[in-house]
Amino acid sequence: MTDNLRTIIIDGEEIDVPNHYTLLQAAEAAGKEIPRFCYHERLSVAGNCRMCLVELVGAPKPAASCAMNVSDMRGGPNGEPPAMNTASPMVKKAREGVMEFLLINHPLDCPICDQGGECDLQDQAMAYGRPGTRYTENKRAVEDKNMGPLIKTIMTRCIQCTRCVRFVTEVAGSPEIGMLNRGEDAEITTYLEAAVESELSGNVIDLCPVGALTSKPYAYNARPWELKKTETIDVMDAMGSWIRVDSRGPGVLRIMPRVNDEINEEWISDKTRFIWDGLQRQRLDAPYARKDGKLVPVSWEEALGLAAEKLSGNAKQIGVIAGDLNSIEELKAAKDLFDALGVTSIDGRQDGAKLGTGPRESWLFNSTIAGIDEADAILLVGTDPRLEAPVLNARIRRAWLERDVKVGVIGETGDLTYPFEQIGSGPEDLKGFGGKRSGFTKTLKDAEKPMIIVGMGALARKDGAQVLRAAGELAAKVGAVKDGWNGFNVLQTAASRVGALDLGFVPGKGGKDAGGIQAAAKSGKMDTVVLMGADEIDADFGKAFVIYIGHHGDRGAHRADLILPGAAYTEKKGMWANMEGRVQFNARAVFPKGEAKEDWAIFRALSDRLDKTLPYNSLEELREKLIADHPVFGGIDHAPGHATAAEFDVASIGEAGDMGTEPFRSAVTDFYLTNAIARASKTMADCSALKSAPHAQAAE
Amino acid sequence: MSARKIALDQPESFSFSKESEKEIKFWLNKYPEAKKASAVIPMLWIAQKQEGWVSEPAMREIADRLDMPKIRVMEVATFYTMFNLEPAGEHLIQLCGTTPCWLRGAEDLKKVCAEKIGPRGQVSADGKLSWMEVECLGACANAPMVQIANKAGDHYYEDLTAETMGRIIDDLVAGKTPKPGSQTGRSCSEAEGGSMALTDGALYDGSLAKKVKLPNTSPKKEKA
Repeated sequence: MTDNLRTIIIDGEEIDVPNHYTLLQAAEAAGKEIPRFCYHERLSVAGNCRMCLVELVGAPKPAASCAMNVSDMRGGPNGEPPAMNTASPMVKKAREGVMEFLLINHPLDCPICDQGGECDLQDQAMAYGRPGTRYTENKRAVEDKNMGPLIKTIMTRCIQCTRCVRFVTEVAGSPEIGMLNRGEDAEITTYLEAAVESELSGNVIDLCPVGALTSKPYAYNARPWELKKTETIDVMDAMGSWIRVDSRGPGVLRIMPRVNDEINEEWISDKTRFIWDGLQRQRLDAPYARKDGKLVPVSWEEALGLAAEKLSGNAKQIGVIAGDLNSIEELKAAKDLFDALGVTSIDGRQDGAKLGTGPRESWLFNSTIAGIDEADAILLVGTDPRLEAPVLNARIRRAWLERDVKVGVIGETGDLTYPFEQIGSGPEDLKGFGGKRSGFTKTLKDAEKPMIIVGMGALARKDGAQVLRAAGELAAKVGAVKDGWNGFNVLQTAASRVGALDLGFVPGKGGKDAGGIQAAAKSGKMDTVVLMGADEIDADFGKAFVIYIGHHGDRGAHRADLILPGAAYTEKKGMWANMEGRVQFNARAVFPKGEAKEDWAIFRALSDRLDKTLPYNSLEELREKLIADHPVFGGIDHAPGHATAAEFDVASIGEAGDMGTEPFRSAVTDFYLTNAIARASKTMADCSALKSAPHAQAAE
Repeated sequence: MSARKIALDQPESFSFSKESEKEIKFWLNKYPEAKKASAVIPMLWIAQKQEGWVSEPAMREIADRLDMPKIRVMEVATFYTMFNLEPAGEHLIQLCGTTPCWLRGAEDLKKVCAEKIGPRGQVSADGKLSWMEVECLGACANAPMVQIANKAGDHYYEDLTAETMGRIIDDLVAGKTPKPGSQTGRSCSEAEGGSMALTDGALYDGSLAKKVKLPNTSPKKEKA
């Protein structure tokens, strides 16, 4: 694409725009608003709604501005620059005509439509439509279609813009939605009304400009204008997608994406979007202590006293395991407290990932997520990005779709929505891969910007450190790390993991890791185990006293002897570092449930009782201390990327040694149930059931 | 016309016959491997020729063979009204109901069809016949007309009346093959009562022909 500028006249004003722009883009560059339904800047151009008609001076008919290029415009007879009008009487009449046709078959059910108040059709009918109707015939009615547990359909409202069809075909890569029949009988449906199987399917709800596709779990829950909108970030995976949490009173009622081109563009996964009903279920809303084998509610006073008593014991006999959803602040408070107590058995890697020693780059997604758009060959090792980070996977898919980027896979994966070369399944194949001279090794070596993405499937295992070394050596061999490009990437699956590792939330001198703590507890060598929202472990700790600090009654809380209720990610202010090492703030949308407290405050209160008072009284003071101790958290909203590529010795990360023979399997087996909030969500349970038995459900 | 839907009763499976495979090979040869989805319309057509209609398993089979999503095949099959989405009789009568035919008595033909075969779109009890109304088939000079599709091909039956229509249906049921073309005996669409122009026999025996020198012909060919 060349950036040849061309001078055109829009509404009488001259403007220079790149030649490859469409008229719609040119008009936007000139600050003119063009109404549209089918056009979407991240999808292909369809040109079927005709709402974006503009007048080309000299042309007999109006033209669809989304589908015509500036380079195709014709100048005036005397060499004047080409001109278009976006507000002339002809355009006004054209828009009114299109609007009238669109509304002919659109029901007048706005009062009972969930899209009401945020509906493109409603807004544009007000702005560009005729004041009344001339249509007195019967309207058409269309049968509603089943699209699964997430998408509710009222197909009579559909205006056939085909945004949903293009989204699932192009971005999500699971072409299941299509338009059947023709003309006035055209209907949008999935094949035989099966549920959409994509992990990104919820995005069609945002894309739908009318109320045809709406959110099934959110149906009839609220009107957009009654909701408090909180702009925050997501913790369902390690991407840190930008989201907006809509809440009313104490309840989160829906979650929508925000645009961030460097992370999630404007998509979010179904887990991110539909998790919210899990925030109301299975909540820990009061401190609980186990008395006579049963958990009974107790006062904070009693609970903190009991916790302090248990934590004042032998520091060597105390273990701390942090889960996947903790904010950096609470990890910092916990680490400060346990350091002061002399506890060394602390671990922020409940899955046993062998990361956290060596340079920071060895656990980051160094190419950055946006860097996928530049990569020209991608090797996936022990990861299934479709399950671990669906939005990131969509970016890889686009790299294949638009630039035919070759993807190789070592490990077991499902359908990734793009073709890939299966190179092998286990460490042996990774070892042998770098030595080859042909095949994908050559593709990777020849690539200008090769990417190696190592997942938890390869690192969260006994030989993880050795696999990390092998992957690092491979990255060095193919020249993945060089000036201006760092192609070594670790795809984290837990939102809190990078923060924990950056903080050094790993075993200290003589300390045990998560597996060690568990083994010691089972054999009676551990008195007290503190679980900070650690639920993705086998909660068997022998006879040890288990203190659970978290927000959901999941595996950890079931085993706990003492529960200190904390706040979920929508209920506290906090910082999270995403897989790129990008530190982001979230915001509080609602308050913690019942008597629950923000987690850092629990540690602060506990420290008081243990006479090790933490030196901060507010979150701001905590952040000050955090950034003073760890300057890396000062780079808010910034992904380090390749800035440190020159100092990064990728070949020496991990540990040398022999690797096992077990094949790499993705760390995520059930996309919909990866954390405690998701397991409490009915919507996620429905999705999971559908995924495991799609055919039994499709017939309903 | 109401929305077309795929039949509720679908066969378990579908496979192409030997003859169909030959045709498929011919069509797939026309397109490069990466663009073989272009053969979707011929493939649907072959499936319809084989079974009389396009079943859902057939769409799946075609999608598999052409390496395209199932829904894309279904989109094409439902878009074109010539693809039957429900089983058709051995002889499918496609009755033109567009203005010229309608003016010349298509409604009478419809009545005959409804009486003798049953409601539109339904296959007769013996499985031999079904009928449907279609848009203009381009034989307006011989209105009203029907096209009858069966294993022997698609044939036009023109200048019909209720009576001749009934006879054709009876013949089909009896296993006979009615003669296609005009049922009044005229040739093509010549005027009623025989041709009134171009009647001179000399026009056709070559005696009036003048020798014409065609441009760009090779001298060799001229000699011969």
